Amino acid sequence: MSNPIAALFGRSPIRPIQEHMANAQRCVILLGDFLDACTSDDWQKAQEHQQAIHAAENEADELKSNVRTNLPKSLLLPVARSDLLELLSIQDRLANRAKDIAGLMLGRKIEVPGSLTDSLLNYYKLSLKTSGQALKAINELDELLEAGFRGKEVELVEDLIKELDDLENKSDIHQVQLRASLYKLESNLPPVDVMFLYKIIDLIGEIADDSQKVGSRLLILIAH
Amino acid sequence: MSEIISQYGMVFLVMACLFGFFMAWGVGANDVANAMGTSVGAGAITIKQAILIAMVFEFAGAYLAGGEVTSTIRSGIIDIEKAGFADSPELLVYGMLSSLLAAGIWLLIASNRGWPVSTTHSIIGAIVGFAVVGISVDAVVWSKIWSIIASWVVSPMVSGFIAFCIFRSVQKLVLDTDDPFTNAKKYVPFYIFLVGFVIAMVTLVKGLRYVGLDLSYNQSIVIAIGIGGILSFLGVFMLRSIKELPAGDKKSHFGSVERVFGVLMLFTACSMAFAHGSNDVANAIGPLAAVNGVVQSGGVFLEQSQLPIWILLLGGGGIVAGLATWGYRVIATIGRNITELTPSRGFAAELAAATTVVFATGTGIPVSTTHCLVGGVLGVGVARGIGALNLGVVGRIFLSWVVTLPVGAALSIMLFFLFKGIFG
Repeated sequence: MSNPIAALFGRSPIRPIQEHMANAQRCVILLGDFLDACTSDDWQKAQEHQQAIHAAENEADELKSNVRTNLPKSLLLPVARSDLLELLSIQDRLANRAKDIAGLMLGRKIEVPGSLTDSLLNYYKLSLKTSGQALKAINELDELLEAGFRGKEVELVEDLIKELDDLENKSDIHQVQLRASLYKLESNLPPVDVMFLYKIIDLIGEIADDSQKVGSRLLILIAH
Repeated sequence: MSEIISQYGMVFLVMACLFGFFMAWGVGANDVANAMGTSVGAGAITIKQAILIAMVFEFAGAYLAGGEVTSTIRSGIIDIEKAGFADSPELLVYGMLSSLLAAGIWLLIASNRGWPVSTTHSIIGAIVGFAVVGISVDAVVWSKIWSIIASWVVSPMVSGFIAFCIFRSVQKLVLDTDDPFTNAKKYVPFYIFLVGFVIAMVTLVKGLRYVGLDLSYNQSIVIAIGIGGILSFLGVFMLRSIKELPAGDKKSHFGSVERVFGVLMLFTACSMAFAHGSNDVANAIGPLAAVNGVVQSGGVFLEQSQLPIWILLLGGGGIVAGLATWGYRVIATIGRNITELTPSRGFAAELAAATTVVFATGTGIPVSTTHCLVGGVLGVGVARGIGALNLGVVGRIFLSWVVTLPVGAALSIMLFFLFKGIFG
């Protein structure tokens, strides 16, 4: 489009980034279905869910590429371009984690000890809540743009992120309890399985950590 | 006194009218769309409303305020004495005819190809071209030309700065507050007042002289305040029917706010059309007025006489004709391509651009309305108001200067010698 007025307006990355985050959250939600299937020993179902997570993660990658290719350096943005790209990377980690956890558990058909199941699922639900809170914050991006990244809207987002931090703290506390429970059981379980169980616990915790990082990135984005 | 003038005077005048109308048609067909496109793209007005507004206000701007810039193009750029026009007045006629035709042709070619071209730059380049090559380097009033070129660089920046300030004020007063909707309804009438006041003020102080009205500064202020006030009341009346959408979520809340600003953008759309008409009509009728002056006086150069009304009408009419036959399509195209502009941003850019252009008009400087609008939009973008802006457009604007000025000059020179050859 050669007309200068028409050519002036570029494609805003805000909506695509919100879409990507929604997609990443979908991966985390699907992980819940997967974990349910695993802990009920329904490996057929588990595989189906793992495929679904894989497909969703691929979609996330596509969205990510789209944002990156449509963000040339010649674009004047209301926020720093590098901040946006960083935010996108961290959001993407959420999708990847979900995929990794599903792949790992399915590959080894990891059995979760019965006494640990409830605690593990609750731990997952906490991570899910954390990533959900991060999604809530990211969904405020277009309102932030409307407000020009100042004022009341910023305060609102800061409150959301404070809640996000609290959730992540809770997740950390729960992880300590979960690990302690596993520690009590570990001498009765095959050692390799135990190591992988610890790994799974770590990875689920990473979801909460990454969600919190999304929040911090968002704050940096707003500040510049 | 000049044989050629007495022999061909009528022919020259008719040619000047034709070329002038052609040029005005080109302005209406292409340039107007840039002024109105942002309003359509932001959803503040429909294309039909845009056409109507443009027709009325382009004409009004041309008629009421176009005199000063027309005067500049007609006689402010060329030094009549140094060019020796007193002895051979037909040279001025050839030059103005060739400039008009050259700029009009270039406008037609570029528009066909979809290249961005400033009508202002085309005509100035053409006039300077014929004067420098066809007559002599001294024929041009270089001080005037340098100040015009300087304002081409400065006006978009000024527009950007004003837009930045306006949008920041909108953020502080409306968008960043606890209740944007209520504050929007409260403050938008003041912005409407500003639109009316600024445009009226500059027009009254500088422009109406050419239509026969001469008001004192104080009279102008009072009338401008009055006009601003009337528009403001009109705005309040129009805002009354806008109710906040019942849904409590943020998105619809801001949606209601934008609808309030949409009313404001209706006024700034009018101001853009007015400003554009006032500054760009001169591109077509300035040379026409020059030819008319020479022919009517039989080759004798008199002092700055008042601009004949029919010339202003011809220019305004040409713009409207161009808009009606072609311009509306370009407005639609631009409006379609602008997707992420909302009224709270658009009005800031438009008000800044209109203010800058009208001010330039008042000082008699021809500027590019399109570039001022680009500057305004960028100003809002710097204030973090817009999702994504292509800075590459700035480079393209510089490029268009580099191309338009020489091409306009070259065409004009060729036609100048052509006319000189035909008529002697």
